[in-house]
Amino acid sequence: MPISFELNGQTVAFDVDPDMPLLWAIREKAGLTGTKFGCGIAQCGACTVHIDGAPARSCSIPISAVAGAKVLTIEGLSSKTALAVQASWQKLNVVQCGYCQSGQIMSAVALLNDTPKPTDDDIDTAMSGNICRCATYNRIREAIHDAATSI
Amino acid sequence: MNKQMFPFTASETAVSAPSRRALLKGAGLIIAFSFAPTGARVLAAAPAAKKNLEANAFVRVAPDNTVTVIVKHLEMGQGVNTGLPTIVAEEMDADWSQMRAESAPANVELYKNTAFGMQGTGGSTAIANSYEQLRKAGATARAMLVNAAAKEWKVPAGEITVKQGVVSHAASKHSATFGELADKAAAQMPPADVKLKDPKDFTLIGTVQPRLDNVDKTNGKAIFTLDIVRPGMVYASIAHPPRFGATVKSFDASVAMKLKGVISVVPISSGVAVVADSFWTAKKARDAVQITWDESKAEKRGTPELMAAYKALGKTPGQSAHKAGDATKIMATAAKTVATEFEFPFLAHAPMEPLDAVVEVRDGACEVWAGSQFQTVDQGNVAKVLGLKPEQVLIHTQLAGGSFGRRANFASDFIVEATEIAKTLPAGTPVKLIWTREDDIKGGKYRPMYVHNMKAGLDDKGNLVAWTHRIVGQSIFKGTPFQGPPGSIDPLSVEGAANLPYAVPNIDVELHATDDVGVPILWWRSVGSTHTAYATEVFTDMVAKAAGKDPLAFRQAMLGGHARHKAVLDLVAEKAGWGTALPANTARGIAVAEAFSSVVAQVAEVSRDAKGNIKVNRVVCAVDCGMIINPDVVRAQMEGGIGYGLGAIMKGAITLKDGRVEQSNFDGYDVLRIDEMPKIEVHFLPSTGAPTGVGEPGVPPIGPAVANAIFALTGKPVTVLPISKAIPTV
Repeated sequence: MPISFELNGQTVAFDVDPDMPLLWAIREKAGLTGTKFGCGIAQCGACTVHIDGAPARSCSIPISAVAGAKVLTIEGLSSKTALAVQASWQKLNVVQCGYCQSGQIMSAVALLNDTPKPTDDDIDTAMSGNICRCATYNRIREAIHDAATSI
Repeated sequence: MNKQMFPFTASETAVSAPSRRALLKGAGLIIAFSFAPTGARVLAAAPAAKKNLEANAFVRVAPDNTVTVIVKHLEMGQGVNTGLPTIVAEEMDADWSQMRAESAPANVELYKNTAFGMQGTGGSTAIANSYEQLRKAGATARAMLVNAAAKEWKVPAGEITVKQGVVSHAASKHSATFGELADKAAAQMPPADVKLKDPKDFTLIGTVQPRLDNVDKTNGKAIFTLDIVRPGMVYASIAHPPRFGATVKSFDASVAMKLKGVISVVPISSGVAVVADSFWTAKKARDAVQITWDESKAEKRGTPELMAAYKALGKTPGQSAHKAGDATKIMATAAKTVATEFEFPFLAHAPMEPLDAVVEVRDGACEVWAGSQFQTVDQGNVAKVLGLKPEQVLIHTQLAGGSFGRRANFASDFIVEATEIAKTLPAGTPVKLIWTREDDIKGGKYRPMYVHNMKAGLDDKGNLVAWTHRIVGQSIFKGTPFQGPPGSIDPLSVEGAANLPYAVPNIDVELHATDDVGVPILWWRSVGSTHTAYATEVFTDMVAKAAGKDPLAFRQAMLGGHARHKAVLDLVAEKAGWGTALPANTARGIAVAEAFSSVVAQVAEVSRDAKGNIKVNRVVCAVDCGMIINPDVVRAQMEGGIGYGLGAIMKGAITLKDGRVEQSNFDGYDVLRIDEMPKIEVHFLPSTGAPTGVGEPGVPPIGPAVANAIFALTGKPVTVLPISKAIPTV
């Protein structure tokens, strides 16, 4: 039985093992590779997507759990907030290796959707689930504040 | 890595793949080779179009006005895909917006690292070894464009000017873009000799330009190895042994083979591989394979046993790495002595992108997609597995999601594994191998564990007159082509210690190489300095305290022959307000270290709350890395080096129990997160010297700077790492 959900505004259906984490369905079945694999146990945030508007670690959510839900990945970002976040990331040269940044940006967009003017504590709370081994953290913080001023 | 220690020469590693010009460019045609799933080699020919200017192996100017720099180094975050194009753009007088970066194929003849003699990235050498080469490459391309314009406009080349990618002749009012001239410039002979700019005329080098990978790395379009998709591709996961050195005795794949989508279960040299139609299925089936391991040759000691053995060795004389004067005699008569012992754990690199590779094998050819850091080595190792010649192995170097040294290894471990799996599949079947995070954390190739034994003697005026330093740990170069002759000292074990910058008249530095330990080890961002800078700089503060002297003044007085060390210490002290008042329960610590020909000093401000929790609030960093190509990239590397080093010093440790690694993922192997990142300020020493390393030198000083602040705060030196073992952190 194919499992159907909305992916970046399009209805999709995949006939896969219902245990398959959403991450691997997005990457290998839908062919959207912007969402990354980092740990597989929701510890690093590289796989962060939005499910019905909330940030979620797609590596630890079976595809069966998102039947009928709205899933948004980095490729589907188009809101004013999202574009402002990406622009601030570019302006401040946040990225290094870049591998974790899709997840960082998805978490940052979710934060700003809920909290348009976040404090440093808000940023710590929302972003501490996203690891960056290049330690671009200070620029991530700066970019979130920068995006907040431009929205 | 120590760049002086790469004795490879081009002839020793001679592999000559067809030049990329030959691959990419035919007579007036752009030709692309690809492997179709049926096995036919497809020749896709575009209609005759305006030609690219392929000025040399490094620069391509296209009629669409883009200038592509062929980057011979691995982009793993350190910014080579921005820094190397900057050097070319400078000499070409190109506009930054027209610059592009592309990874070079494996070809040691064209793309060797001139510091190593083979193609590879490491030792913070990318800018240093490319600087003159790419200046010439850029200047050559510029000259060909200018000469083409001169011929076209029938004006003297000497009257032509170039600015921001536009070639102009003022008197005749001619002007053309690089793109418009590319086709005609392609017919020009490259000049034998070109004049390079006077650095005072630089307009791009030394300025902040946006990273060229900024956009694709913020919209999900940047392609890493994990993202490679090939027609008919299958996926693989590998079961590795639970103890290092164990091998497969037997396995039962009957349950695994029943899972829908599983294609095969095959033994390979490092374990048992499962191939399936999706990664999830491969991993699930991998976990279902029942394996009996032969552990007769496995390392069964745990961290406590190894530490006890190291400590015992540390009490006996080792092999001399450096000796001056008579430390033993002077120590015996010193007015005061200080002694301590340091413990350093194994550390995993844990790059965000787990190790992965895509390999496709067919008769007489192999293609590899990977974050290849030692292309020449990887090409040779893959060829060996397949019985091919190195030049029959085409490596498509991908962006790497971090490495920190892990992807640079002489076994090409994960690439060889993917190749062994591909060899078992029908010809032309691409396979993508992905390590899980557990495979990575438990997989070895760690920064080695070390014990350091140190003793210092002071005279009655508080001058440091004797210094003994004994290091116990595994050799990184052992078993590699860079291993020295029998009886020699591995320089990677003692760098930063044997060349202690402080003038001490009597000094003994010794090494015990623990070659019997079966835990695989490897270099880790800043290599020997990850532990030697910590030991020497923390011990220096202990000695300064015993001498009753300020840590900064104590250092400065002993740095007579080291002007760069003195200068970065002065700068960092000034910017950090060294000696000025701080809030209660807050202290500063200072440290300096030389690594990869750069010198970095840092001051850490650390506070302690009512519960005794330690927090690093602010780090001030001063760096002398010679001429700076892009100050913002250097700043980013210092920030990143500080964050990477801080996470390890505060809480990083791989430990073993009875030979089994106790950590498996980021829940047990804790790394730095955003709420633990201090504020960082980076300051540069103005320099017109040749560019030196920046990718690694930010790491060594952070540990000792933080530990010295804790020492100032608590009066107790931190001699056992990670810090969190003894002191709570927030």
